[in-house]
Amino acid sequence: MSSVEITGLSKSYGDREILKGLDLKVEAGESFTLLGPSGCGKTVLMRLLAGFETPNRGRIRIGDDVVADAGTNVPPDRRGIGMVFQDYAVWPHMSVRENVAYPLKIQRVPAEDRDRRTNRAIGQVGLTGLEDRMPSQLSGGQQQRVALARALVSEPKLLLLDEPLNNLDANLREEMRFEIRELQQKLGITIVYVTHDQEIALAIADRIGVMDETGALRQVGRPDEVFDRPADAYIYRFLGVANFVPMHRVDGEWRFPDGIGRWTEAPPDLPGDRLTLGCRPFDIVVTRSGDGLPGIVRRASFLGAQMDYLIEAGGVTFRAATDSRRALSPEYCFADGESCRLTFRGAQWFDAAASDGEGGPR
Amino acid sequence: MTGTLRFGTPQILFGLAVAILVVFVAVPVLLIFFNALWVDGAFNLADTIKVLSEPETYRALINSLILASGVTVTGTIVGTFFAWLVTRTDLPYKGAMKVLFLVPFMLPSFIGALAWKMLLSPRSGYINRFFMETLGFPDAIFNIYSYHGIILVETMYLFPFVFIQVCGALERMDPTLEESARISGADLFTITRKITIPLVMPSILSGALLIMLYSMAHFGTVAMLGIEAGIYNIPTLIYERIHQSAGSFASIRTATVLSTVLVFTAALIIWAQNKILSGGRYQIIAGKSFRPTEIRLRGLRTPLLLFCIAYIGFTIVLPTVTIFLVGGLNTYGLPISPENMTFDNYYHILFEWDLTRDAIWNSIGLGFASALITMFAGVIISYVIVKMKVRGKGILEFLGMLPFSVPGSVIALGVILAWSGKYGVNIYNTIWIILVAYIARYMAFALKANSAALEQVHNSLVEAARASGATMWQALRDIVIPLVRPGMVAAFFLIFLPALRELTVSVLLYGPTTRTIGVAIYTLNEDGETVYAAAMSGVALIIIVTAEVVVKRFFKVKQ
Ligand SMILES: Nc1ncnc2c1ncn2[C@@H]1O[C@H](COP(=O)(O)OP(=O)(O)OP(=O)(O)O)[C@@H](O)[C@H]1O
Ligand SMILES: [Mg+2]
Repeated sequence: MSSVEITGLSKSYGDREILKGLDLKVEAGESFTLLGPSGCGKTVLMRLLAGFETPNRGRIRIGDDVVADAGTNVPPDRRGIGMVFQDYAVWPHMSVRENVAYPLKIQRVPAEDRDRRTNRAIGQVGLTGLEDRMPSQLSGGQQQRVALARALVSEPKLLLLDEPLNNLDANLREEMRFEIRELQQKLGITIVYVTHDQEIALAIADRIGVMDETGALRQVGRPDEVFDRPADAYIYRFLGVANFVPMHRVDGEWRFPDGIGRWTEAPPDLPGDRLTLGCRPFDIVVTRSGDGLPGIVRRASFLGAQMDYLIEAGGVTFRAATDSRRALSPEYCFADGESCRLTFRGAQWFDAAASDGEGGPR
Repeated sequence: MTGTLRFGTPQILFGLAVAILVVFVAVPVLLIFFNALWVDGAFNLADTIKVLSEPETYRALINSLILASGVTVTGTIVGTFFAWLVTRTDLPYKGAMKVLFLVPFMLPSFIGALAWKMLLSPRSGYINRFFMETLGFPDAIFNIYSYHGIILVETMYLFPFVFIQVCGALERMDPTLEESARISGADLFTITRKITIPLVMPSILSGALLIMLYSMAHFGTVAMLGIEAGIYNIPTLIYERIHQSAGSFASIRTATVLSTVLVFTAALIIWAQNKILSGGRYQIIAGKSFRPTEIRLRGLRTPLLLFCIAYIGFTIVLPTVTIFLVGGLNTYGLPISPENMTFDNYYHILFEWDLTRDAIWNSIGLGFASALITMFAGVIISYVIVKMKVRGKGILEFLGMLPFSVPGSVIALGVILAWSGKYGVNIYNTIWIILVAYIARYMAFALKANSAALEQVHNSLVEAARASGATMWQALRDIVIPLVRPGMVAAFFLIFLPALRELTVSVLLYGPTTRTIGVAIYTLNEDGETVYAAAMSGVALIIIVTAEVVVKRFFKVKQ
């Protein structure tokens, strides 16, 4: 296992700067997930780590070795990495077995050992029985698993995964997610995992880093930290559906945009008379009566495990959610247009700018 | 980016690629330009223009233009018409017809020219004699030693350039375009005129330019049919100058000036072609195959079928049969009848006569060696151009374009200038100089086939190998080469097959023992050994057609 240390890393293509002075440290044996919107430079960062691109400035250290800085650029084959590419990159002229065995062949691992490890890697990704298939005879998800097995087979010190699960169906994705996590813990490899799927990121990571469109790291921390105490509204929004409500203070009381509805939970500990309230659909409890903010159910959609509501209240439209079991019980079953009450189980406060240009959920 | 210079595999490959192109292509071409434009070490355009305005040079330029234009017009009409016939009408046996119309591509045009000479030369041509002796015509009905004759013969062999392009376009054209016109009330004739023709125009033009390019630089037919009547085009005049005056300064200079003109014309044609092909209209043609609406020929069905059969009979069967029959005659000029026939000529050529036996082995050996070398060189160069990020790639891309616009006679002349001792290496009059020239000449094919194959190999496949611990060479060996192998096989045969029947280059470079098949046929004909020339042509046809069929059958190479 190797730690990864990135200091002041910059990369531009032509005059477009993708990464500007990025700093990041991934501990040895850690599973680190990099989360960011499409096109923010995640793949570019991975390619820099792997050695397919040379940084314009900055240094990359893998374990004890400086692999890239001014004057040095260790080629990919000497960085001791395993990598799964966003587009699988399974070699079409080799069978599943040959694909997976290739890194061992290059390392001149003796045939017996090679077969054993190849079979094990194939087993780990659940492709046993398909060893002799050619990639053209595999589904997208199966190809992705071949790529994963190929990256795992040489037990690299550092495993780089660029959206390795995005083509799998939900069940398989979940299964592979656990599999990767388990392997990582068992083998103690360091993983840098890139994705724009926050659910995977939260499930698989020891720590998460969130990037924004400009390629800057906004926050780095444990999944629960980042989820619960996001550094800013951007991250809060990025990690799931969020309602943003512009709130203002009148006579020491926090009011909703209509000026009537009152915020009755704990007040924010931020200064100022105008702030933004952020809350997730699950933070909102919808009841028929009682205290709470009065509202009208505009639309209730049944989504299987949960019921999704669009509710007009306090001058804005909220997105709220309840688990179906409760939502379908007669007492909580709302028809469109019925009135209701909202109470809040949790909330995040941000400065007023966070809700600029929006009056409701996103 | 720091200024440190790293010297690793990428630099080696890049250097190798540049070196190959410079040595084999750029140097010969530059030497030609230098010889054409510099006099006594000084740039002198006035003298170049003086050379161009000498009557003979000027005449050759005009002739090249007349012949190329004539062939382009007739070839385009013939090619477009047949293409339309076999894709858009209910002509019977369309599939077979389509295959047959492509046969002329396989056959060397100088053999065709030889056949037509034997059929239509004014005094001894069999057809002319039949009309004069049997039907009592006072004069020959057609003189093949003329502009018309040359244009006619070249058309027969070059029209497939347009035919292929237009067939492809018509087959890929989205029928909904025509259908929507139909729904708005247009009749089929109007649709053809207003929709179909404009849509396939880029293909027609691009095919026409290919004919033009080929015909401008074409040696064989004009040499066989024109010299007799004093008609020289650029390549034949270059040949005449180089051969007659054995390397005198004035003749080399004329030849280099003519070559320069040829290179620039070719570059212009290629530029125009790229322009047309990248034009917006071409995109209306979708990549998929459709089932286009067919025009019903009704009463014209049988007459048009007969016309096609007659055309094929007249342009393919008749010349081929003539070649084999004349090749079996005891003496040229005798009537073709059983008592005048013998197999001795063929036996002599194949088993007794060193000149012809050498020629066959030379051609096969040269074809094999040049195909193999050029194929590998092509992979390396295309790899650097398509896949690698190195500084100075622009130079390589430019050098890579060069082989496409350098016609055969220019290559040959450049190779003479570069490799006959002036710069330390003298391989003039040996087989090696022909090999060097073939490599330069066929580099374009190798680059085309290999880059097409390499474009299909996604970068991440190579990177995955690197990430698996493979060095660049290992990745090349294990991933790239296996994946581009079909492209390499294609490149091999795209070179081997035309090299077998090559004439333009080797005729300028051959020595006493280094004749190729083409040269042997050409010189036998020059020496008046018409029967042996025909027999040798027959043997060549058998070799070439066998090779073509074997290749198509077992390797599925598409031209
Ligand atoms: N070789 C290149 N040349 C020029 N621009 C590039 C190159 N590679 C990437 N970019 C640009 O860099 C930016 C970041 O690209 P990158 O592939 O890292 O995005 P990403 O975060 O991986 O997105 P996704 O989630 O969609 O995979 C993009 O705007 C892209 O256009
Ligand atoms: Mg990406």
